[in-house]
Amino acid sequence: MTAMGFYTDTTVCIGCKACQVACKEWNQLPATNGGKATLTGNSYDNTVRLSGENWRHVRFIEQFDSQHNGRWLMMSDVCKHCSQAGCLEVCPTGAIVRTEFETVVIQQDVCNGCRDCIAACPFGVIDINPASNTAQKCTLCYDRISNGLAPACAQACPTASIKFGSIDSLRQMANARVQQLQAQGEKRAYLYGADESMLGGLNSFYLLVDKPEVYGLPSNPQLPSRNLVGGSLFTALAGIGVGLAALFSFRNRGAHKEAQEVADA
Amino acid sequence: MGRGACTTFASDMANADWVMIEGSNMAECHPIAFRWVMQAKLNGAKLIHVDPRFTRTSAMADIHAPLRSGSDIAFLGGLINYVIQNERYFKDYVVNYTNAPLIVSDDFKDTEELEGIFSGLIDNSDPAQPKAYNTASWGFKRTGSPPNAAPATSGPPYDDLIKSLVPAPANRDNTLQDPRCVFQIVKRHYARYTPEMVERVTGVPRDLFLKIAQTIADNSGPERTGVIAYAVGWTQHTYGPQMISTAALLQLLLGNIGRPGGGVMALRGHATIQGSTDVPTLYHSIHGYMNHPDTRKSHATLKDFITTEAGAVATAYWSNYPKFIVSYMKSMYGKNATKDNDFGYDWHPKITGDLSHMPMFVRMADGQVKGLMAMGQNPAVGGQNARLQRKALAKLEWLVVKDNFLTETAAFWYNSPEVKNGELKPADIQTEVFFFPSAQVAEGEGSFTNTQRLVQWHERAIDPPGDARTDTWWTVNLGNRLKKLYADSNDPKDAGIKSLLWDFMPDKPPSNTKIADEPDVLKILKEINGYETDTGKLLAGFAALRDDGGTTCASWIYSGVYPAEDQNRAANRKPDPDFKPGTHLNWGYSWPANRRIMYNRASAKPDGTPWSERKKYMFWNADKKAWDGPDVIDFAATKPPDDKAKPGGTGFDAMDGTGAFIMRPNGLAMLYVPTGFVDGPLPTHYEPLESPVHNALYPKQDNSPVAKYWKRDDNQLAPIGDPRYPHVLTTYRLTEHHLSGVMSRWLPWLAELQPELFTEISPELAKQIGVNNTDMVKISTPRGAIVAKALVTARLRPMTIDGKTVHHVGLPWHFGYQGVVTGAVTNDLTALVGDPNVSIHEGKAFVCNVEKAS
Amino acid sequence: MAVSRRGFLKLSGAAAAGTALGGVTSLGINLTPAYAAAQSLRIKNAQAFPSVCPYCAVGCGTLVHVANNQIINIEGNPDSPINQGNLCPKGAAIYQLHVNPNRQTQVLHRAPGSTSWETMDLSQAMDRVAQLVKKTRDDTFVVQDSAGKKVMATEAIFSLGGATMDNEWNHVQQKLLRGLGVTPIENQARI
Repeated sequence: MTAMGFYTDTTVCIGCKACQVACKEWNQLPATNGGKATLTGNSYDNTVRLSGENWRHVRFIEQFDSQHNGRWLMMSDVCKHCSQAGCLEVCPTGAIVRTEFETVVIQQDVCNGCRDCIAACPFGVIDINPASNTAQKCTLCYDRISNGLAPACAQACPTASIKFGSIDSLRQMANARVQQLQAQGEKRAYLYGADESMLGGLNSFYLLVDKPEVYGLPSNPQLPSRNLVGGSLFTALAGIGVGLAALFSFRNRGAHKEAQEVADA
Repeated sequence: MGRGACTTFASDMANADWVMIEGSNMAECHPIAFRWVMQAKLNGAKLIHVDPRFTRTSAMADIHAPLRSGSDIAFLGGLINYVIQNERYFKDYVVNYTNAPLIVSDDFKDTEELEGIFSGLIDNSDPAQPKAYNTASWGFKRTGSPPNAAPATSGPPYDDLIKSLVPAPANRDNTLQDPRCVFQIVKRHYARYTPEMVERVTGVPRDLFLKIAQTIADNSGPERTGVIAYAVGWTQHTYGPQMISTAALLQLLLGNIGRPGGGVMALRGHATIQGSTDVPTLYHSIHGYMNHPDTRKSHATLKDFITTEAGAVATAYWSNYPKFIVSYMKSMYGKNATKDNDFGYDWHPKITGDLSHMPMFVRMADGQVKGLMAMGQNPAVGGQNARLQRKALAKLEWLVVKDNFLTETAAFWYNSPEVKNGELKPADIQTEVFFFPSAQVAEGEGSFTNTQRLVQWHERAIDPPGDARTDTWWTVNLGNRLKKLYADSNDPKDAGIKSLLWDFMPDKPPSNTKIADEPDVLKILKEINGYETDTGKLLAGFAALRDDGGTTCASWIYSGVYPAEDQNRAANRKPDPDFKPGTHLNWGYSWPANRRIMYNRASAKPDGTPWSERKKYMFWNADKKAWDGPDVIDFAATKPPDDKAKPGGTGFDAMDGTGAFIMRPNGLAMLYVPTGFVDGPLPTHYEPLESPVHNALYPKQDNSPVAKYWKRDDNQLAPIGDPRYPHVLTTYRLTEHHLSGVMSRWLPWLAELQPELFTEISPELAKQIGVNNTDMVKISTPRGAIVAKALVTARLRPMTIDGKTVHHVGLPWHFGYQGVVTGAVTNDLTALVGDPNVSIHEGKAFVCNVEKAS
Repeated sequence: MAVSRRGFLKLSGAAAAGTALGGVTSLGINLTPAYAAAQSLRIKNAQAFPSVCPYCAVGCGTLVHVANNQIINIEGNPDSPINQGNLCPKGAAIYQLHVNPNRQTQVLHRAPGSTSWETMDLSQAMDRVAQLVKKTRDDTFVVQDSAGKKVMATEAIFSLGGATMDNEWNHVQQKLLRGLGVTPIENQARI
């Protein structure tokens, strides 16, 4: 079974947020509060964090000295689809499954909204979507990749900052890119989560040029516990059969709610 | 460059060895075109961004040069000076393909001699009358006599008329040493644009400037090319067209036009803003970049019109002007346009003055405009001095708004700030207002022309909801009604509308819509493309056009887009496999004649061989006796490189086999522009009409002497250096929004990404005025004041200009009072001032004050 | 699934190769065959219409998926050499430009001095506009200027817009107006 995932090269991210919108379009996720929001003042970020309604989130980090020399880092964040996934391990209903692509998906018709997974995720990825009252996050477009299509975000990404493919090929590509950047003098370039040392390997890993914390990532993410391994085996099998239907049932609920919110706006 | 369009295409930017983006925030405003820049960068190209703000484009650049808004000609002039002084120009290219060797008239005097003005300035000392140039002294020196006699008959055919317009050849010096040759005049013109002067005027430190100059010079020549990309950061100035001309001059000196990875990339902002310029809903031009008949010119008869318009360009491809204009007149008046009635020329309206956006709104404010159709445009937000424009709407008798959502323009009479503050009362507004809901793009079919001249067809996927209709439906059905209303008139003034060819309804019920009176858009495309008048047979291209009425063709430049009933080339959708060769000649249709890089003859040496293997593109194939390569040659297809111009010839006959710039006289690109600009033959640094500093290069001439200004109490300007308005204000847009917001602020997915208006200011300025991040601030200009949240960011920086600290205040202009998210109208701050060539406003550089809102 | 696992993995391998250093394409391969196979998603049984993004002038290709006479998805067209399936956030939101309850779908009319909109029949509104155009044009038409030069125009009607509409509309709009003698015609190319 070949693992599929994302490799995000943050050095070519232009912060356009196409990934955020393409994700909402394909997955029919609503805008929060019908699109009415408050300017955060935190650079160009106004959606703040990953959530049940925002399965992708672009971070903006302004690093300038008093002479105005510096850089503006941007990074599109998403579920890491961890090889050792805390959310999957703690899920009491078996709603969270590992798919045949080694990705981690929450089955919407099984989730009871208990929130255990939210606390278990070391990256703060998962949250309740108020439209469905279930826990939601990136599915790595299970329905699309099952049919040979790239995930919506990766397809939209103008500069291929978000790359989709087999983890093996992505790691090769990412290592070559790190070498290229190092050779060009960007000595800070490194990969985050691209090998087994971090939660067995992240199936969405990153090329970064600063400490993980700068991007809002933990430098040493930990599993909540180590005693629930059996559960994950069970749910992996379940996922293959029911994942797709579950995605559909959620989507209809989400779209309906979206229309209502727009009308209320 | 002679055609009113961008010379290259976006994906070719991946072939560049350097990319300089200036006057554009390409990563934010054109992200998908920027992908090719990123590809060039990954391939090793140097990416340079010259911009007052550090933007998402700057974040990707190898070099970001912070330049004072509006000082770009000083910067580019500095690069030109560097290239010439250090002999880094591409001599073989410059000597053979440009007008560098031509000798300029003895009467011409440069700004260096006249302290900031050119010879010919008419200063009639009447402050109400704008100054203007008499351009007669700007021409070339011609010691011979015109080669051809005046015609015996008036035509058609017009061949003899065109021949009679051929001037004597210009004197030339191929050594470029004659002090009156273009090259030497250019050299002297920019000699004072030194790195020190660049720093003084633009704020770009000289070392950084020199690094950029070296980078572009080192990466240009036979083996390497580079491209300059710009957008409205260059056009929206009182010298906007001259800014672009400076870039063209630099690129010609470097030999970067017509070659892969080269050119000047114009990044335009609307889906078919190129198409609406080509197929012109613009007052000054008729199809295919022909000037509109004008009472101020010698345009009384068709012959006069041709003589005036083709006179300066008889030795360019424009020698075919009679074919273009006669075929256009046939498209207007059909069988009613005959040789005997000058093809209906007397029916065609004439313009009498500047009828562009800004003066029309001034007239509207004065009650002289009775009716307005605002279709897909939202002047209540997008118009300059928008408050004046909104108040002008209240003076109309009727207003039609047709748009996707209920725009600020449609809602001016009940929801504008002027109504909210009591200045206008709905009950007093006597304007009859209509709102027609529009079909969205997938709810109709038709073509858009993108920024690289590529005409692409969009299919109808579904019918629009309710009474929403396509724009084409609206105008064709309005025309049907008006044709009926005038059908029985015998009034001579109605002869034109009665004679107008108006036949766009389907011959059989349409198959892709339930809307029975939806027009047949292919009938419209047929009229644009052209057909044989008698048979109706579609034309294969503009080479088939005739000047005797035998062909009917609205747009000569689009001729070829629809060459046969089953071939709508705008709907061609076959990309090159594996992106090789990557010109994608079977994807869409790129006017003219499906050429992807214009002036691509220049991609080969004068002898027809490639400049280098690395930059091989078009070349002379001696076996085929024709030009060859991955593109459509922009030249006579079988004219050999060693061909010589025929004495007294017109069009291609007037060009050597090296005449790569076929739309220019004798095929020579213009470093020096003797005709076409009204504000000078060479770009010259002037200050914006509102500026914190005086002109360091020309102390006696702060601004363009011929800039337009509509002086009114409600359109006042701050004098230069006005302490009440110390900061430079620049307006712009963001990735997350589109223009006035009609197509973005109504969409929750986009609204939430940038939900409020903000103004970007530096930490230094914030400290100076006592403002913290997200505090409300008031931004004011002599036209008005608005409030916005402060976004305090080190991406903006104070600059040192001529020894003085100058702050920039950045302000997006997307917001208004309609939509899911709303905010103040930034254009309430801008002024009605314009460039003298095209009447574009100055939205990128003016002055303001900013203070904490009380 | 019409695409076999083997086929998919092969496709993915090609993708990785195509995006090796120097390439910025997100997949670098032609996904058209994959679209043909996408039969079990929400674009199942949908018909795909090639279209063009209506926002900026880059001209990205899109695919509009229609099922049961409703637009259900709009995404980048991987075939287009302009964007190879990519879109910016606005392009990615084109769906919501169409499917959006904020859209007006009826003609609105506001009489002089009125304080409210009234809905109006489309055909009636068109008739009314035609009458207003004719009246204004006839009242303000200038045959010749004071010097006796032919003008044959009115400058009292102003048409604004065009850069977001089809070329075909631009043609008929400028033709109708010039046919009537209305010369003030402008669009966003001026701003």
